[in-house]
Amino acid sequence: MIHMQTNLKLDVLGRVMYLTGSADIAAQLLNIPAKIAFDDSILDFLDHVSKVLMKNKDAKAYPDVVTFGFWIRRGSVRKMKERFEGKDGELRLGKGIAFHITPSNVPVNFAYSMAAGLLSGNGNIVRVPSKDFPQVRIIIDAFNQVLEQYEDMKPYVLFVRYGRDKDINDLFSSIADVRVVWGGDQTIAELRESPLPPRSGEITFADRYSLAIIDSDIYMDMEDKAHVAEDFYNDTFLSDQNACTSPRLVVWTGSRIEEAKRIFWDEEHKLAQQKYIFQAIQGVNKLTKSYLIAAAVPGVKVEEHGDNRIVRVSVPEITKTLMEYRDNSGYFYEYDCEDIMSLAPLCDDKRCQTIGYIGNRKAVLPLIQSGIKGVDRVVPIGKTMDFDLIWDGYDLPALLSRIVVLA
Amino acid sequence: MTYEEMINIPPYSLDADEKEKLLTDRLTKLTKLHQKNCPEYARMLGAVNFNIEKIKSYKELPFLPVRLFKELELKSVVSEDVVKTMTSSGTTGQAVSRIYLDRTTSSNQQKTMVKIVSDFTGSSRMPMIIIDCPGVIKNRAMFSARGAGILGFSVFGAKKIYALDDDMKLDVDGLKEFLKKYGDQRILLFGFTFMIWQHFYKELLRLKEKGITFDLSNGILIHGGGWKKLVSQAVSREEFHERLKDVCGLEHIHDYYGMVEQTGCIYMECQYGHLHASIFSDVITRRPGDFTEACMGEPGIIQVVSAIPESYPGHSLLTEDEGAVLGVDDCPCGRKGKYFKINGRLRNAEIRGCSDTYADKFEA
Repeated sequence: MIHMQTNLKLDVLGRVMYLTGSADIAAQLLNIPAKIAFDDSILDFLDHVSKVLMKNKDAKAYPDVVTFGFWIRRGSVRKMKERFEGKDGELRLGKGIAFHITPSNVPVNFAYSMAAGLLSGNGNIVRVPSKDFPQVRIIIDAFNQVLEQYEDMKPYVLFVRYGRDKDINDLFSSIADVRVVWGGDQTIAELRESPLPPRSGEITFADRYSLAIIDSDIYMDMEDKAHVAEDFYNDTFLSDQNACTSPRLVVWTGSRIEEAKRIFWDEEHKLAQQKYIFQAIQGVNKLTKSYLIAAAVPGVKVEEHGDNRIVRVSVPEITKTLMEYRDNSGYFYEYDCEDIMSLAPLCDDKRCQTIGYIGNRKAVLPLIQSGIKGVDRVVPIGKTMDFDLIWDGYDLPALLSRIVVLA
Repeated sequence: MTYEEMINIPPYSLDADEKEKLLTDRLTKLTKLHQKNCPEYARMLGAVNFNIEKIKSYKELPFLPVRLFKELELKSVVSEDVVKTMTSSGTTGQAVSRIYLDRTTSSNQQKTMVKIVSDFTGSSRMPMIIIDCPGVIKNRAMFSARGAGILGFSVFGAKKIYALDDDMKLDVDGLKEFLKKYGDQRILLFGFTFMIWQHFYKELLRLKEKGITFDLSNGILIHGGGWKKLVSQAVSREEFHERLKDVCGLEHIHDYYGMVEQTGCIYMECQYGHLHASIFSDVITRRPGDFTEACMGEPGIIQVVSAIPESYPGHSLLTEDEGAVLGVDDCPCGRKGKYFKINGRLRNAEIRGCSDTYADKFEA
């Protein structure tokens, strides 16, 4: 019966562009066994891909590719295995088939999604970004090279590309045991038009926003301010300050706020001037946003700025609606904070994702423990983009696998 | 000086210094007026620590991005005094600007436009061919930019005819008859650049091949609305002029630059292809990186100021157009004031990010 279904849809499978494998290999998906999560065969395979990536000269130009290569090497995956494999008396197996839709404008996210699905023991179909990023090409070339030596892995590792085609979404969803949807609210809504089988699950990465908290006293005591600026640059400008993890608001605490702000933004500005490619419309966008919030919220101050690379707007209080005025590409709200609980209106929102911090992370505990509905990650500045198998509040291996109880 | 006094000054008669004084005086007053009467505007100025006492030139006044008028209801009069709400003609689904006019502002727009346009056409009214369909001005409650343009220019027309029907088909018989009656007089033609090309020129060309021709060598054509769609069809200004001349003998063609947010103060193109700022308004080109004023010839984002708006805080605006100032007071056409060119729209930013953007829908 299963075969009949795929046979019927072969014309749909043919509309897909296969970056690894082929329509024939995709048709095998239904017949391949699930693997035990973190099985040696998966570790061997990923370690091999890692080696190919690390040796590739082209990859060196892309820190995000190198980071991914490092993340899937054996030593790194072993540590994940210790954290996530089944406990005694349990066996963790892949759910079966994972169907991933990855965001169109982040170059490497698709590879992490694949790795998470694979490590959890699944066969994977990953729709890669529509944009032709060089990173995508480099990573997929590496997978293809290694797959030549791992014939039996081929149906587990399918990278595909296709336009917004509901027939294809329908088909892949109909055979998916888990669907992983990146790309935000709109993409999620679109995929929800395609039904999943009753036992299947879904992991959705909705539109999120993030903030940073900087303890001014600790910052002032730090030796290497240029390094901090670099870290913050990577958290923000590197993704046009438009990743879900990018801080849109900088919260300042401690007793040396004014001093710290001056140095921090001077350093950041220097970097942005050196490295950030500014587009004319961005200055207009930032001016628009700053006037929009100024019109709506009394007491807002646009900090004086020499140029439009960094525009900072200080707000007198944290309100629920602040993030409706968020912008990107170097547009920051700032807030001088005396009581961490004053952030609650913003953080008690399911869309609030990451707090990047400089200082003592325990300082945010009262806020988290108060039962806010947002904030899934509290990580040092410079690490907000670091991918982990626990992401967006989800334990990915848990959601991508099933546990067999052996009592 | 009040606007009533200003309006009596010939529109291209002041040199840079005189104009600077006049505009600084008027625009500073308007800034104060809106600060007092439009609470949102007052808060915006407060947010940027604006101090009007320190202002030496209108170039130092804040400029609001035009997009704000799509997001906010900005007005400096009570709702009862609003006699007209103008909207930009955005495509379906796009937000449109909403501009609130009271009696004074609306009437000053009309008077100003008459002063500016008659400097190019002469002050007597002419038979007029509107290259559009009559349907576009039917709904008078909401004035779209297209309808407002037609109504605005209609005051220059004595006898009027719409060259297109509501299906955008050329009214061949109507046009023939109109030309039989008025063909020996000077005729004003008005329309939007793309419509003229698509529905007028192309049809005339088709008819010409069938042996049906029209003589518009007595005509003076004023057109606006931008070149975006024609650029995508690879039609340049020069080609537009040449082809129209070929097909119907039309030689006097003036483009204009203007926007619904500053209706009245249009920038007319002279016979040398330069867009001119009158004494009622000005353009300042700004560097995208820091909004400082660009040098002459250097491309920048166009800021427009207008001495007209009293009912809404739109006297100093930052557009999303790019252009360059070509000269001041020395255009060979003899008009004083700045002359400039428009290069086109600023491009949308290409940015990274986790959320797929709307535009991605159309990529595949």
